[in-house]
Amino acid sequence: MTPTAPTRVFLVDDHRLFLSGVRTELAGRVDIVGEAVDVESAVEGIRGTVPDVVLLDVHLPGGGGRAVIEAVHRTHRAVVFLALSVSDAAEDVIGVIRAGARGYVTKTIAGDDLAQAVERVRDGDAVFSPRLAGFVLDAFAGDLPPGTSLDPELDQITPREREVLRLLARGYTYKEIARRLEVSIKTIETHVSSVLRKLQLSSRHELTRWATDRRLV
Amino acid sequence: MGSPPRPPIAGLPEGLARRRDERMVAGVCAGVARWLGVDPIVVRLAACILALANGAGLLLYLVAWALLPEEAAGAADQAEAPGAGRGTKRGSQLALAVGCITLGALLLVRWITPFFLDQIVWPAAVAATGIGLVLARAGDSDRARWREAATRLPGNPVEAFRGGWMVWARVLVGAGLLIAGIGFFLSSNDALAAVGGVGIAVLATMLGGALLFSPWVARLVRQLGEERRERIRNEERADMAAHLHDSVLQTLALIQRHADTPQQARSLARRQERELRAWLYDGRRSSSSDAPGTLAMALDGVADEVEADHGVAVDVVVVGDCGVNEHVDALVAAVREAVLNAARHSGAGEVSVYAEVVGDGRIEAFVRDRGRGFDPATVNGDRRGITHSIVRRMARHGGWAHVHSAPGEGTEVTFELGLEAESTP
Repeated sequence: MTPTAPTRVFLVDDHRLFLSGVRTELAGRVDIVGEAVDVESAVEGIRGTVPDVVLLDVHLPGGGGRAVIEAVHRTHRAVVFLALSVSDAAEDVIGVIRAGARGYVTKTIAGDDLAQAVERVRDGDAVFSPRLAGFVLDAFAGDLPPGTSLDPELDQITPREREVLRLLARGYTYKEIARRLEVSIKTIETHVSSVLRKLQLSSRHELTRWATDRRLV
Repeated sequence: MGSPPRPPIAGLPEGLARRRDERMVAGVCAGVARWLGVDPIVVRLAACILALANGAGLLLYLVAWALLPEEAAGAADQAEAPGAGRGTKRGSQLALAVGCITLGALLLVRWITPFFLDQIVWPAAVAATGIGLVLARAGDSDRARWREAATRLPGNPVEAFRGGWMVWARVLVGAGLLIAGIGFFLSSNDALAAVGGVGIAVLATMLGGALLFSPWVARLVRQLGEERRERIRNEERADMAAHLHDSVLQTLALIQRHADTPQQARSLARRQERELRAWLYDGRRSSSSDAPGTLAMALDGVADEVEADHGVAVDVVVVGDCGVNEHVDALVAAVREAVLNAARHSGAGEVSVYAEVVGDGRIEAFVRDRGRGFDPATVNGDRRGITHSIVRRMARHGGWAHVHSAPGEGTEVTFELGLEAESTP
């Protein structure tokens, strides 16, 4: 795809008021190819239009955002999802990320930031809100109990990734992090994508235990 | 009375209903009297006289009780509402009436047939009084629910006549045992036969009764349990509606009135969001942590307070968590001053707070804004004072704070505190 073509975006949210708000904010910056208000119509619409990016509400009637990602990815692996939610509950956020979303932002995000996030996930990068970064730090904190088989590729984050995540949690943008660590933005994006991959694939027991136990809001 | 009353039968005369407001027992006489247009006393007298005629009046009364619908609530409810004392009084009256009627009927039967003896009559009258009490306590709404549930159940012996052969067989066997038991009991009583015989008879009676009624009773109990759950769900829903009305709708109204002052509208929305989150998730959070207070809760409290007072958004992210001691309290107080400072002076609409309990027993915290920033060397007295107080406060508790800022670049305050400080005061 040429970078100049507008990103084709599909909106999924059961609150029509919110849908129309997002449509207004993104007007002119992206090409909105369709909308849906529940799981069934979303899967159908996404398969019909094959957009670049799906903006997906975490809470949806008929199985939640998770169900949409799983159904679409069975037939269209290339469609990219960015999760949007009012909920900051750990189990919701982690659930939708592990189902395959490339990022997570809260619904209070400003229009400019949202448009930027859409472009970022379209380009294959990950989008982390400060809170999601905090969740990941929590999930990958501490040592696993002895005897647990550990895949260092997936079950641990590197010190550098940790540094990046902490700056994200402190409210830094990618650009600010790059300047502070004196590396390129591309490097930061690589670190964050790598963390996202670990978050999705790691079998680290904290991921599930912590999601049900901590219930931080 | 033992079997539940049947539902209203179609074809009954219009307006013929048991009355709640003027009843002595079940409102049958009062209802008939109103339908006929005469004084209830007349009908009651007639019923009593009929009752003396081989119990015909009593039988009629019971049949009417079962057949006639109860008049709609409303006026009757209002009459019932004032004072529980009146209700219990009527309950005991009702119990007494049921007891007297049963006693009278049994005395009558004893007079007609030679089988009935005093030792049956008196216990039966006492039992009837008890049943009357229970029924009176249960209240009409409960009885209506029983009746409704009972008619829906396929195991009801009355409904059995429409059921399959299995039901038929069970009813036949049960009824046979019941009759046999009663017969045994009566004849052995009469002849004063062996005690063993009486035991067998009682056993047979109980077995018959159990066979006849147990599936139905079990289903009734289950059904009532389901209805109870449904009621609890409805109460929760009502609770939720009340909360939404009291807080969320009020806030939405306020936001509409402040639509021209975006700062105030945003602050209202943020505060309501926090309140609603706390209300939705508080129960879960308190159940998952035993400690009365933690670092995360304390920082959330700081954010709440500053957002409410200064109309800026304060985002709090906490990684790990720990209990609160005096040193942690000092850290929270220092963070609060830094957040207040940012809210008052930076001009930024958003302040980020990040705290982490690091593995080696330290707490690190950061307060950051993207506001106008300042040059720490040339800042005016008031602001420097606050900065100094933050730094000094942390130093007193074995930690440190550092303010990093430059004009146009925002401000970040970094805190660090050793948790082991708590063991060496």
